[in-house]
Amino acid sequence: MTFLNELDAIGRGLPRRDGPAKVLGTAVYAYETPLENAAYVCPVQATIARGTVSQLDTTAAEALDGVVAVLTPATAERLASTEDRELATLQDRKIAFRGQVIAAVVADSSEVARHAAALIRVTYAQAAHDCELRADRDDLYAPERVNPDFPTDTTEGDVDAAMAAAEVTVEQTYSTAMYHNNPMEPHATAALWDPAGDGSLTLWDSTQGVHPTRATLAAVFGLDEAQVRVVCPYVGGGFGSKGQPHVNVVLAALAARAVPGRPMRLALTRQQMFALAGYRTPTIQRCRLGADHDGTLTALEINVVEQTSKVKEFAEQTGVPARMMYASPNRRTTHRLAALDVPPPSWMRAPGECPGMFGPEVAMDELAERLGMDPVELRIRNEPDVEPGSGKPFSSRNLVGCLREGSARFGWSERDPRPGVRRRGAWLVGTGVAASTYPVSRMPDSTATIRREGDRYVTEIGAADLGTGTWTTLAQIAADALGVPVSRVDVRIGDTDYPMASVAGGSSGMTTWGSAVVEAARAFRSRYRTEPPDGAEASGVVQPPDDRYAMHAFGAQFAEAHVHTDTGEVRVPRLLGVFAAGRIINPRTARSQFIGGMTMGLSMALHEISVLDPRTGHVVNHDFADYHITANADVDEIEAQWLPEHDPHVNAMGSKGIGEIGIVGTAAAVSNAVWHACGVRVRDLPITLDKVLHALE
Amino acid sequence: MKPFDYLSPTDAAAAVRTVAGDPTAVFLGGGTNLVDHLKLGVVEPDLVVGVTDLLSADIEELGAGALRIGAGAKNSELAADPRVREWFPMLSDALLSGASGQLRNMATTGGNPLQRTRCVYFQDITTPCNKREPGSGCSAVGGWTRNHAILGASEHCIAVHPSDMSVALAALDAVVRVLGPDGERTIPFADLHRLPADSPERDTVLEHGELITAIDLPARPIARRSAYRKVRDRASYAFALVSVAAALEVEDGVIVDARIAFGGVAHAPWRAHRAEEALRGSPASVRSYRAAADVELADARPAEGLDGGNAFKIPLLRRTLTATLRDLAREDAR
Repeated sequence: MTFLNELDAIGRGLPRRDGPAKVLGTAVYAYETPLENAAYVCPVQATIARGTVSQLDTTAAEALDGVVAVLTPATAERLASTEDRELATLQDRKIAFRGQVIAAVVADSSEVARHAAALIRVTYAQAAHDCELRADRDDLYAPERVNPDFPTDTTEGDVDAAMAAAEVTVEQTYSTAMYHNNPMEPHATAALWDPAGDGSLTLWDSTQGVHPTRATLAAVFGLDEAQVRVVCPYVGGGFGSKGQPHVNVVLAALAARAVPGRPMRLALTRQQMFALAGYRTPTIQRCRLGADHDGTLTALEINVVEQTSKVKEFAEQTGVPARMMYASPNRRTTHRLAALDVPPPSWMRAPGECPGMFGPEVAMDELAERLGMDPVELRIRNEPDVEPGSGKPFSSRNLVGCLREGSARFGWSERDPRPGVRRRGAWLVGTGVAASTYPVSRMPDSTATIRREGDRYVTEIGAADLGTGTWTTLAQIAADALGVPVSRVDVRIGDTDYPMASVAGGSSGMTTWGSAVVEAARAFRSRYRTEPPDGAEASGVVQPPDDRYAMHAFGAQFAEAHVHTDTGEVRVPRLLGVFAAGRIINPRTARSQFIGGMTMGLSMALHEISVLDPRTGHVVNHDFADYHITANADVDEIEAQWLPEHDPHVNAMGSKGIGEIGIVGTAAAVSNAVWHACGVRVRDLPITLDKVLHALE
Repeated sequence: MKPFDYLSPTDAAAAVRTVAGDPTAVFLGGGTNLVDHLKLGVVEPDLVVGVTDLLSADIEELGAGALRIGAGAKNSELAADPRVREWFPMLSDALLSGASGQLRNMATTGGNPLQRTRCVYFQDITTPCNKREPGSGCSAVGGWTRNHAILGASEHCIAVHPSDMSVALAALDAVVRVLGPDGERTIPFADLHRLPADSPERDTVLEHGELITAIDLPARPIARRSAYRKVRDRASYAFALVSVAAALEVEDGVIVDARIAFGGVAHAPWRAHRAEEALRGSPASVRSYRAAADVELADARPAEGLDGGNAFKIPLLRRTLTATLRDLAREDAR
């Protein structure tokens, strides 16, 4: 793997190429795809959490003017594969969670479809359900692996003995809430089944990966992948919830196949997204730290309890970041799951790292407090020489640099460590820090093609732009890899008609697709030198990573928190994130990614919680009035900086993924700042005023 | 959404006759709450009668320091009115602390007090709710009660009234002017909303077909030094966990008079008469404010539920009232 030699486009803060179309409203999103005579699909959802549908009376719905079809387990086609039970919709009458799809109406308008759906009368044979996650359940089990493919448990040395011998210890339980991804654009699909020949299915779907969606849908319907085309030029946010197709995509395709030749549109409502589009499991994290008086860690343990669905297992890798973050000779990490009558959890921005850097990073702050040591210095004291566990050298690791740079920018050196002693007007003031990390991931399959068209260079790859900047950054990479001005490079993405691309997940997009583009450019240049004729074309395939190295991005998050002396209201007027994430391809889109992640981390710290009522089994605050997301008035000064980092091992661009690291550690930094402000350790998110009120005078 | 007919009569009297003659008909003002309910199936009227254009949007002076606010006046216009800001700052504060700029541009003076509870179980037609379907049971009891009542609730309903504006109007002794099939009548604002008792389906004392045409604000010099303090789970765009509308008059360190109402804690804006009484004649001190809060909250009861229920609201309201009065007295001393 070699560096690109002359960088011209890479590193420039070019504006988004898709920006004008989005601002003007001409960018076409999935649901808006111009299709004549489209029909509309509205799901019907179960109102019990477990049991069986005993009767579905569709008479009134079918009698309604404008209703085209009603899909039920009795009328829907048998799917070729029901292996993924989340997607095996309308195949039987069993109900595994509240909100599950039990029927769907197809109608000439969305209004009629929705009205008809409300007219379907359902009777149930209800069974007792179980939706309550607790750490003391007696049916917790160890999954075989945790997402995506990590060992469930790890042990090094003897944690119990080290804890018993440690001079200073921290033992606490932390928890993170259930969260829903809630992208602005709902999960939406337009679908058309053309019965001509062997038939072909076209899906205009809001997805983080057109090729993975095609592969999944082809398998579910027993089609050749060549029969399925998935198109998605723009995505109005996904945060992982569009990384794998959910049932809405299957339902749209089922409807399309039930009414051949007629396009279908299906957009989930916000309320439906709380049952059908994935979420992050709540986590309960039992953490133990042992250290010498000088702050050297001697024991580090995290035991995680979280939930999954009886429908389909998803085991969030919450304990994984603790395996590599700090040096410790004794270490244990475990994951245990409760399988509940709930919808399947799934990916949400930084699965594993996001919740898994809450408990341990607050525990580090608690340890610093007990040691009487600065929390920045405590982290630096425990910097490992090689990756703990694997023993591999880091391709680059600049956590210390991030902490030092952040300390200087934030004014950390003047910090009085005592909690609850600073007051500004009616507010108690505190500051906090936490570390951040995210792995550098590369997916195994992606191909890019570069072609000369007239005086343009066209790069094609079925990549996704989630609002992240792919349209722009891939052009920058292609330009430098070809050695041509970026203004002469066109990018075409978001369509399975282009070469195969991996999912936009695990912050792997730039590493994977960018590497394929560099390979294609290399092939193109070696074949055509500097004078490619019109129509000249070459392809490149992403190569496996250099597995001699441990590759991670790092960061340091600093927060200032204010706690109101009368009411306990918590505000965060200042956030600073300093990141070491390799070469930054485009500072403008990168900054947006970092501060977007940090804002989502602030949201997790102060606001977000999906309230699952165990009596009903559904999230009762399933709209934006009650599921609070940090809004403009909650964010004041927010700043992302990055260190110049040269890493020759990660990929040809020297870049690390930046889509997720911004959310990692933010909530811990805020919790640590709240403690510093008012003296209360909030170990259970979100940090709401009722959790600090008792400590105010 | 069930299809419905829409009518926009030529005058308010015709609108009242139309709605009174159809038991499922509803008035449509700014639509900021009703349209949500139509989409969610919370209400399924056969007839929707638009009234915004039929109602005065004027804010007129009724003699020195008194105002008549047309029911069609938008929340944003009312909040910005210089007389409201000078004579009744708590009302302007309350309006501006509610909803969003966009919603305030739509919501009307007549409609705002008639918005319905945001109880998540009321708004979800798949869960039982005595307010939506009398006799079906209250899902909020033992459920997610963070945003529910601590005062005046019943076993049948623990919902709270969500309006900020109404809290100020209750404290300001406002009067509601109503047009019904049998003519006009007036209702003291503090009597407009009901406690749930055994009929939570009725939010107010209005009869079907009665239309609010205006709200009168009597002259209240005390209100020139007044404030609305709203405490919520994020800095903007959230309903109150608790709120306090308060006006305080202090002379020589002694409280002469007070006007206080609470929001976010009961099925109606909660006029704190007992606290007002306790304050009159007391020294303007934090000790007096706390004592007044204790008197008013003597009957407060938390609603147990998920995540610890809402017991925190009792100390929170006590602290918020104390702080609001303390700050008003300080302002008064300047």
